[in-house]
Amino acid sequence: MQYMLLIYDNESAAGEPSDAEMAKWHEVTQAMQEAGVLRGGEALHPTTTATTVRVQNGETMTTDGPFAETREQLGGYYIVDVPDLDAAIEWAARLPSAGRGPVEVRPVMVFDQG
Amino acid sequence: MRGEASQSRSAAGGTPSVPARVVERVYREERAAIVAGLIRLCGDFSLAEDVVQDAFSKALERWPKDGVPPNPAGWVATSARRRAIDLVRRADRFREKAALLRRLGEAEVEASPVVLPGEDGPHDDRLRVLFTCCHPGLSMEAQVALTLRVVGGLSTREIARAFLVADTTMGQRLVRAKAKIRDAGIPFRVPAGPALEPRLGTVLSVLYLIFNEGYAATESEELVRSDLCTEAVRLARLVVELMPREPEARGLLALMLLHDSRREARVAYGEVVLLEDQDRSRWDHAMIDEGAALVEEALRQGRVGPYQIQAAIAALHARAPAPGATDWPQIVALYTVLERICPTPIVRLNRAVAIAMAGDIPGGLEMMDALGEDGSLDRYHLFHSARADLLRRLGRTRASGEAYERALAVCSHPVERRFLKRRLSEFGEPSE
Repeated sequence: MQYMLLIYDNESAAGEPSDAEMAKWHEVTQAMQEAGVLRGGEALHPTTTATTVRVQNGETMTTDGPFAETREQLGGYYIVDVPDLDAAIEWAARLPSAGRGPVEVRPVMVFDQG
Repeated sequence: MRGEASQSRSAAGGTPSVPARVVERVYREERAAIVAGLIRLCGDFSLAEDVVQDAFSKALERWPKDGVPPNPAGWVATSARRRAIDLVRRADRFREKAALLRRLGEAEVEASPVVLPGEDGPHDDRLRVLFTCCHPGLSMEAQVALTLRVVGGLSTREIARAFLVADTTMGQRLVRAKAKIRDAGIPFRVPAGPALEPRLGTVLSVLYLIFNEGYAATESEELVRSDLCTEAVRLARLVVELMPREPEARGLLALMLLHDSRREARVAYGEVVLLEDQDRSRWDHAMIDEGAALVEEALRQGRVGPYQIQAAIAALHARAPAPGATDWPQIVALYTVLERICPTPIVRLNRAVAIAMAGDIPGGLEMMDALGEDGSLDRYHLFHSARADLLRRLGRTRASGEAYERALAVCSHPVERRFLKRRLSEFGEPSE
C-alpha cells in the first residue's frame, strides 16, 4: 500500500534546519531508498510564501498565506510503498521532525482498473 | 447467548429446543474463531462478520428441520465461507476479486481455534483479531466497540445499550472503524519484537476499560452493563490462554476476578458499601481463590507490572477475614512499588490512604494535602471523600464535613452521591 507521510512542523521554531538535522533527513531518505519503499517526496517553502485560492461564484479569490493558521504547518511529504499501516508508522516515527511536530499518515487512494 | 442469534428460543417461548441450544453453544464458544479465520482469508472484517451472522441464522432455520450436523461449528464455518464466495463473486470490486476467490475457495475455514503460523509467528487467529481491533490507529471508543463486537460477539444494540449511546451512533462507530482497518491497511497481525509490549498494553487497557464500564454501572443500568464485566473476564481469559508467557495479562485477569468477587456485596439498598463495611460472606470465594492463585503465578514469572501489583493489593484485601486483619503495611509496600512504575496522582492518593490505614493517619493526611496542592485532583470526588474520611477519624468534624461537601459537589454518580449524602447527614452540629 502507498502512504503519504505529511510532515507538520512549527515553522517559527524550526527556522533554518541545522546541518546535523539535514544530515538526519538525508539519512532517513536514503534508508527509504535502500529499503525500496520511497515513491516520492518534496519539501515545501514556508507558509509565508503560500497563496490560498478559492473560487466563489465563478470568481477566483486569492488570499495571502495558508488556508488555516495553525501552529504547525505542512512542511513536506514522503510517499512510501509498504505492506501495512504499522510499517508506515515506523517510517513516520523515524523522521527527524517527529520529535517536534506530528506526522500524519494517510493511505493513498488506488482506483480500480476494471 | 449473545447477539442476534439469541432469538433462537423455540416458538413456544419456553426453554430453547436442542438445535437452538447447540446454535447457542457454537455461537458462544466458536464464533470468534470462525470470524477470525474468515478475516484472515478475506481480510475484510465486515464481510467476515456478515457471512458468519448469516450462517448462524441459517443454522437456526435448518437444524430444527434437518437435524444438527455431526460437526456443527464446521457446518457454520463452511456455510459462512460459501456465502463469502457468493458475495465476493457478485461484488463490483474486480481488482482483488480473483485472488480473494482463490483463497476462499482453496481454504477450509477452521471450525475450531487453531494456531496457524504466519509471518508474525504461530498465533491463534482470535489473538490476531484482538490486536487488530485494539490497534492504536483506532480511537479508544472504536477499539472497545470493535473488540466487543468482533471478538466478544455482542450485537451492535447490546454494545450501544452498554455504553448508553443510540444504536445508530454505535452502528456508525463500528462501520467507520472497520472502514479504517480496511482503507488504512491496519494489519491482521500480532506485533513481534519490541512492538509487542506497548500493543499488548493497549489490548489489556481496552479489556480493563470494558470491565470498569460494567463495574461502575449504577443500579438502574446494572442489568445491561454488568454483562460487560463478564465479557471482559472472558476476553482476559482468552488472552491468558493464548499468551501464557505474559504476566501482565494474568495480572489483569486476576485483578478483574478479585474486583468482581465483591460485586454482590458492594452495593446494598442502592448505596455504595465501603470495602470495610462489606459483608465478606457475600464475596465470591471461588473467584478470590482463582484470582489470588493467578497473581502468584504471574509474580513468579518475574516481570512485574502495574496490573500484577494492583491484583496483589486486591488479593490482600480479599484474603483478609475481617477489615481489621488487613495487611496494611504490605499494601503500603505494594503501592510504593506501583508509584515507582506509574507515579500518577491517583496511585499517590491510594498510597496515602494505605499509610493512614496502616496506623499513621496524620502522615496519610499530610500526603493528601500535599497532593491536593496542584489542584489536579480537585474534580475527583474520591480524593475529597478519602480526605474527609481521615479528617473524620482524627475527630476534625468541621473540616471533614467540608471535604464531604466538596466531594458531593463534583460527584455525578447517583449511587455514590447517596452514600456521600448519608455521611454528611451523620454530622450533627459541627464541633471543632
